[in-house]
Amino acid sequence: MSDKDEAVTDEKVIEVKNLSISFGEQQVLKDLSLYLQKGENLIVLGKSGSGKSVLIKCITRLLQPNGGTISVLGKNVNEATNKELGELRKKIGFLFQSGALYDSMTVKENLQFPLRRIKKGIAAKDMQEKIEETLENVGLKDALNKMPSQLSGGMRKRIALARTIIVDPAIMLYDEPTTGLDPITSNEISSLINDVQKKYKTSSIVITHDIACARLVADRAVMIRDGELYAEGKLEELEKSDDEWIRSFLK
Amino acid sequence: MKNFQPIIKAKNYTTEKSIKLTEKTIETAESAKSFFTSVGDFSVFILRVIKETFSLPFEFREFLKQCYQIGNKSLPLVGITGAIMGVVLTIQSRPVLNEFGAESMLPNMVAVSLIREIGPVITALICAGKVGSGMGAELGSMKVTEQIEAMEVSASEPMKYLVVTRVMAATLMIPLLVIFADTMGMFGSWLGVNIKGDLNIALFFSHAFSSVDFIDFIPAVIKSFFFGAVIGIVGCYKGYNAGRGTESVGIAANSAVVLSSLLIIIVDLIAVQITDMMIK
Repeated sequence: MSDKDEAVTDEKVIEVKNLSISFGEQQVLKDLSLYLQKGENLIVLGKSGSGKSVLIKCITRLLQPNGGTISVLGKNVNEATNKELGELRKKIGFLFQSGALYDSMTVKENLQFPLRRIKKGIAAKDMQEKIEETLENVGLKDALNKMPSQLSGGMRKRIALARTIIVDPAIMLYDEPTTGLDPITSNEISSLINDVQKKYKTSSIVITHDIACARLVADRAVMIRDGELYAEGKLEELEKSDDEWIRSFLK
Repeated sequence: MKNFQPIIKAKNYTTEKSIKLTEKTIETAESAKSFFTSVGDFSVFILRVIKETFSLPFEFREFLKQCYQIGNKSLPLVGITGAIMGVVLTIQSRPVLNEFGAESMLPNMVAVSLIREIGPVITALICAGKVGSGMGAELGSMKVTEQIEAMEVSASEPMKYLVVTRVMAATLMIPLLVIFADTMGMFGSWLGVNIKGDLNIALFFSHAFSSVDFIDFIPAVIKSFFFGAVIGIVGCYKGYNAGRGTESVGIAANSAVVLSSLLIIIVDLIAVQITDMMIK
């Protein structure tokens, strides 16, 4: 048993049941059910437009589903009041596909933004130490006073990751973290995802169609096809599947 | 080519009569529906801004930054425009007043026109172009690049941080810019008077302000607050509700200018009516 497997417990931190969502007449997710165990990295695989990003936006209630229930850390997300939702969101880190760094702020201000609001009353000295420590963890200590426009794609992803983990979230949601990056930077980001899992004891959902990244970080994987759950299991098991679609996807 | 032949048979449930819908009627109904939906959305947005304005915490740091952006950075544009307005108004008014032998009334007339109407409206329209389009484009691009969603999931309230601060800053800064434009306009007018005459500055201002009362000044300042609120709310609404894709950033900026300019003129019309009633 690997170190990663040992960290995973049976406790479910996210439980999605019969989730359905449609935009106009287009049904994006149909009756989708899945769960995330504490301490595990769950990979969600699927073609572009299959509803993977919609799934994690529903988990944080950035989108309202048409049906089904989503429970995060034992709380029903759709029935939560705005205050409860705010408290829940403090425990969830969301890494956007584009990084979504605030363009008008420096890297330091980007990291201060969530810190000031989530860790209210934090002393200036502690904040500075936390920022430096987090930047060191993502390997970009020198970028402190740079603007996002001065950063490369990989650096933006790292800073975005730093901004997310700086508030010590219990759950991480990664939306295609390696898209648009070269293979070496992709591997570095994948290693960072594993480091975050170990160091911050996070449970993560990683949405990707980068199989190299999936192989590096996956404890378990689910595959979505046309908005429905198509397959679930360990990545090694899925790779041995007889199903042609699964095999062609994991090639 | 539009199909004007009936394509759908429907029933009017109030009169119990059957009606026939053509493609043209359906299109008209759809556009009416989308118009009323937009009006509803806009009203809900305004109510949210008002609600968030009076709830704590207040993002004071961002508010000051926006005051600087809107106020200080608009000073050169508003100042130059104000001065030129003063010169032009003076040159244009001189022949008319000359005809009635009332050339000595030139400073008085320019002061009243500038302070009551031209200063506030022109400044507001210029700011609708500069500030409103800036807000539409900035918030629009933040929406497109998921920055607003990133704020939402980091448990902060983007409505409070981005919208309330901008609306408040615009509401407070536009009246100050109007006063600055009026002042520059008066200096411009003094220059205009001196192109064909010789009037010292103290005499010019003493003439000018002999016709200006607080009843000219106060309503103009009050309506400037509303102009500022219109610019802030429309700019933020258009940016905050921008669609997906980079194209929508341009659309948001453009429609922010168009709608806020139109609303400024409408607010001015209402303000003039109210002032007129009060003076009577």
